[in-house]
Amino acid sequence: MEALEQLKARVEAAVPGAQAEIVPNGSPANQPSLSLDCGHARTVAEFLRDDPDLRFDYASNVTGVDWPEKTIKEKIKVKKLVSGVEKEVEEVCERKTPAYLEAVYHLYSMARKHGPLILRLRTENRSDKVTLPSLTPVWRSCEFQEREIFDLYGIIFEGHTDLRRILMWPEFTDHPMRKDYVEPDDYEYEPTPHDDVLTRARQHYPGGTPA
Amino acid sequence: MIAPSATLELGESGEPQLLEVSLGPQHPSTHGVFRMDVSLDGETVVKLKPVFGYLHRNHEKIAEKCSYLGSIPYTDRLDYICSLTNNWAYAMTVEKLAGLGVPERAEYIRVILSELTRLINHSALAGFLLQDMGALGTPLMYAFREREKILDLFESLTGARMMCNYMRFGGCRCDLPPGWIEQTKNLVANFPKFLDEFESLLTGNEILRARTEGVGVLTPQLAVNAGVTGPMLRATGVNYDIRKVDQYGVYGRFKFRVPLGERGDVFDRYMIRILEMRESLKILEQALRDIPAGPIIDPKAKLRNLRPKAGEAYGRIEGPKGELGFYLISDGGPNPYRYRIRPPSLINLTILEDMCLGRTIADAVVILGSVDIVLGEVDR
Repeated sequence: MEALEQLKARVEAAVPGAQAEIVPNGSPANQPSLSLDCGHARTVAEFLRDDPDLRFDYASNVTGVDWPEKTIKEKIKVKKLVSGVEKEVEEVCERKTPAYLEAVYHLYSMARKHGPLILRLRTENRSDKVTLPSLTPVWRSCEFQEREIFDLYGIIFEGHTDLRRILMWPEFTDHPMRKDYVEPDDYEYEPTPHDDVLTRARQHYPGGTPA
Repeated sequence: MIAPSATLELGESGEPQLLEVSLGPQHPSTHGVFRMDVSLDGETVVKLKPVFGYLHRNHEKIAEKCSYLGSIPYTDRLDYICSLTNNWAYAMTVEKLAGLGVPERAEYIRVILSELTRLINHSALAGFLLQDMGALGTPLMYAFREREKILDLFESLTGARMMCNYMRFGGCRCDLPPGWIEQTKNLVANFPKFLDEFESLLTGNEILRARTEGVGVLTPQLAVNAGVTGPMLRATGVNYDIRKVDQYGVYGRFKFRVPLGERGDVFDRYMIRILEMRESLKILEQALRDIPAGPIIDPKAKLRNLRPKAGEAYGRIEGPKGELGFYLISDGGPNPYRYRIRPPSLINLTILEDMCLGRTIADAVVILGSVDIVLGEVDR
């Protein structure tokens, strides 16, 4: 398989208007990925599947990732006038990373026996603009996995034929895989509470035992 | 000649009346707590929707709160028939993420254990499939007799029959006990006898043929597009075995063939598994002959408080049920930021409805049996 830079250039040449961005990967696994813009994602996916050299006919793994807003503290050296003399002073500046949800697709080619090609699609934020184009019309294998992402992360896939909860029950309202999910307080009586169970028991029953 | 006794009843609107059956979640042929909502026209399936989640415990969330080492025992409980292949897939992904090597002896041990696991899984599946067809007891007990012999080997090596918790990043937990290789060689030498017995009992059986041939046909195009992997994919004739494609571990050193089906029906899926067991035995013979001496774990591997550099890795192996993958994202902390399992059983169920439409309800049970699911992995 060609390098990701070449592939990116080919994708941008084949699908007019498509924007792809290479996301580096810091681990020794050396699996960088390609971040696509949502507007052209399905056309790009069709191109990747049908191009005779690429033939990514098999979407192996589809998953969601939650990236809440994070403040990163960075130390920057700044030149400043300190009592008339110019000195280099370290200053701490805070930077906020944007919050978004992400769907990650691992593609392989069964015909050409190469891969993986990793695609990423990002939502605009984590609260109200959480829509992504569904790739189920391109690869059927995304059907249950996109349903799972919808269920556990709350990404809405446009164009999915059967977007329902899959693992949680239909009446459930939250998305348990999000980082800020709060577990329900469903403490049950335990005769010999200990450790953190004891803390919760005290909250429910003053003295640690009922009655 | 007997006249057809029942004609299709028509509802008030003139539409044929459909019978909706909820098959499961407690049903002997659903292999666990799995439910299918089936709409029947007479005996014919016109709609089938699988319902999941009865065994869901959000394993991925638990693992994100757990250290890298702490998740290994949990992986045993995914596909509880094949705990050792789950261990391997997870350990391999962490090795990719942290850049660890594996000593040669450990790689051989992993191959041996993974092929033994494949024997367990395929023989149990063949037994269960026949149980679904009404061959109650006998074939399953024959298969379980052989499975128990392999579980004894696992017990003497890892201390547990099924929840082995054996592999570690960078190698394995402990070395083989004395005499283990001889015992395994003995088992491998005797296993073809069981396969011959099993096949002479069943493969040519008229009832088995009638119930499986031409049932649940899957086309290669649909199988590839729907991400079907493992014996189910190869039964349709697509040559894709990750042991050959990726050559992970030391699989590149062994000579074995990949059995392929022609029609993609239930019979092909049954037969592929029998043939794969014979190929597994070939790998086992070579691995047991060539296994070198040496260390079993990378001395650089740090098991406790492992903190890989920020980044991500996707690792996959050819599990007995299909492609078993793990996807890990590290943010430099002691536990994974994102931990994802690609469950072959769940994704192989995507096309269950396509295979069952137009067949009878009795066939749907057999088709589900041939998919080979374990609910611990489907629901996670």
